[in-house]
Amino acid sequence: MNALDQTPGHPVAHGASEGLPSALEQSHTHAAHRGRPVRTEPRGVRIILTVIALAFVGLFIGLPLVTVFYEAFKRGWQAYVAALVSPDALAAIQLTLIVAVISVVANLLFGLVAAWSIAKFEFPGKSLLITLIDLPFSVSPVVAGLIYVLLFGSQGLFAAYLQAWDIKIIFALPGIVLATIFVTFPFVARELIPLMQEQGTAEEEAAISLGASGLSTFFRVTLPNVKWALLYGVLLCNARAMGEFGAVSVVSGHVRGLTNTMPLHIEILYNEYQFVASFAVASLLALLALVTLIAKTILEHRLAEEDR
Amino acid sequence: MTIDVVGVTKRFKTFAALDNVSLTIRTGELVALLGPSGSGKTTLLRIIAGLEWPDSGEVRFDGEDALSRSVRERNVGFVFQHYALFRHMNVFENVAFGLRVRRGADKLPEAAIRAKVNELLHLVQIDWLAERYPAQLSGGQRQRVALARALAISPKVLLLDEPFGALDAKVRKELRRWLRHLHEELPVTSVLVTHDQEEALELADRVVVMGHGKIEQVGSPGEVYDNPATAFVHDFIGETIALPGEVKGGALYLGGRPLGLDPQGVADGPARILARPHDVDLADPSSTAISGKVLSVRTFGPTRRADVELAGSSGPVVVEAAVPHGQDLAPGTQVGLKPRRYKVFAA
Repeated sequence: MNALDQTPGHPVAHGASEGLPSALEQSHTHAAHRGRPVRTEPRGVRIILTVIALAFVGLFIGLPLVTVFYEAFKRGWQAYVAALVSPDALAAIQLTLIVAVISVVANLLFGLVAAWSIAKFEFPGKSLLITLIDLPFSVSPVVAGLIYVLLFGSQGLFAAYLQAWDIKIIFALPGIVLATIFVTFPFVARELIPLMQEQGTAEEEAAISLGASGLSTFFRVTLPNVKWALLYGVLLCNARAMGEFGAVSVVSGHVRGLTNTMPLHIEILYNEYQFVASFAVASLLALLALVTLIAKTILEHRLAEEDR
Repeated sequence: MTIDVVGVTKRFKTFAALDNVSLTIRTGELVALLGPSGSGKTTLLRIIAGLEWPDSGEVRFDGEDALSRSVRERNVGFVFQHYALFRHMNVFENVAFGLRVRRGADKLPEAAIRAKVNELLHLVQIDWLAERYPAQLSGGQRQRVALARALAISPKVLLLDEPFGALDAKVRKELRRWLRHLHEELPVTSVLVTHDQEEALELADRVVVMGHGKIEQVGSPGEVYDNPATAFVHDFIGETIALPGEVKGGALYLGGRPLGLDPQGVADGPARILARPHDVDLADPSSTAISGKVLSVRTFGPTRRADVELAGSSGPVVVEAAVPHGQDLAPGTQVGLKPRRYKVFAA
């Protein structure tokens, strides 16, 4: 590493001889990471490209976001609060929260199990499972909703059975939850699979060889190793679950105060020309998006740190 | 603890990783499983540990069947190739892990755990790193943590999978001596897997040379180096000059010319003549049956080697010969080669 270390017969204690070079090494890699970007484009081109990017983001993302809050507060904050505390709005908020909690928990459990089995074991049908997990990303949410209507609706495949037992799925909470779970299905699993695959099974083997049981290995080794990625997946899953419109719209039936989630409630208010109320509820969802964005940035930072 | 491996066979789909392997490891020994990648050495180690199960055969610890016990119950210390340290735990917690997961009567009080971990950290000379996380350690330090962690469960058997594979040459040498020293201090039987012959020869009491899922030779470092049992062992351990010869009527021939060398009991037919470069002298081309043209001369550190092109029975063969210091050898010169020590194997 340096000339001093190469000196023959240079007596050094075991620990000390490694401590110093390691510190040197670390600062070295840090410097390499922060190395100057290679800039070949002339200044003018750089400025033009930056302005285009900023203008695009401002026009298509920044402006709408500002508009939501502007419209919501147009008639003052009393009108804003009144719109949020109306019984229908409160019911929609409550329903959205219930649906989000159920789907997040369901997909958290499923995501963990799926990622764990895919990353740590070999089994037939593994690649099929990986492909199927991605399906909700490629299928239109409306189609997802329709699938459940076809399965559980009054003309559906299980209609007779459901009627006999008096179970209501479509136009009720179970249908909304099912549709939301379908749409948010990949988030947790997708986040965990590559990380768990990269981490391999060596740490688990080490834990077991040290006498840990399977359960103890999972909670002491596997889970802590993926906790930030898991939280990240849950965050994205939650944001999508609360904001989902298409699939939920198909199965909900839009019963005011009963089966309206926030996005559906916003649409109804808007169609009834109640703009302030509509944008007030929308501002809540926008706020959720902002909080998600901040939490996501923090988590990404933690993840990058763990990756070192 | 004595470890008996009896007739162990292990297949991965169609690939035979271990083919009817038998081996006895005596109490307190440090044995190296040495071989190229794919020779089955790691599979054998993992079977002894209980991380892998053989298709057939037996593994016995002190005469008792070990295969009926899982890796949890075998109480073996395993040091993984890339250490497999728990990345979210600091060094102290990594070492304490094996003590913390104990249940029931074996569970130690916190004070006893702390005392034991500190003692181990002291033993591997990294007390000062207790609060660090694996990502903040150098390779050599990680290696020490992995060892301390494996030793925490007071194993009678210590299994090491390529323990120095990921380290640079200097640290590797240092840790090697230190490990040997540690093994002598502890009441432990150690098995080490390596593809590095120098490592195996320097560290081990006995070396098990493996190739293609079989044991080629078991012996002391001196034995396997000086008296390789097979051409494979000769090739794999130490530098080797190989000449394709032929045995005819109890005499050795190279490219049709008699060599005047002893065929060492090899039956008539094609044979391989193997020698160490430093056991081959350069000689006057007229005084020996083996001669050829120098292609190039290379110097690395204290050694000098000449590539010499010989006429073999089927086309030219290039061999490496040691060039003594002080002797000039220009490319293009004709030289003779005289092996002082050599081995003949049927090809």
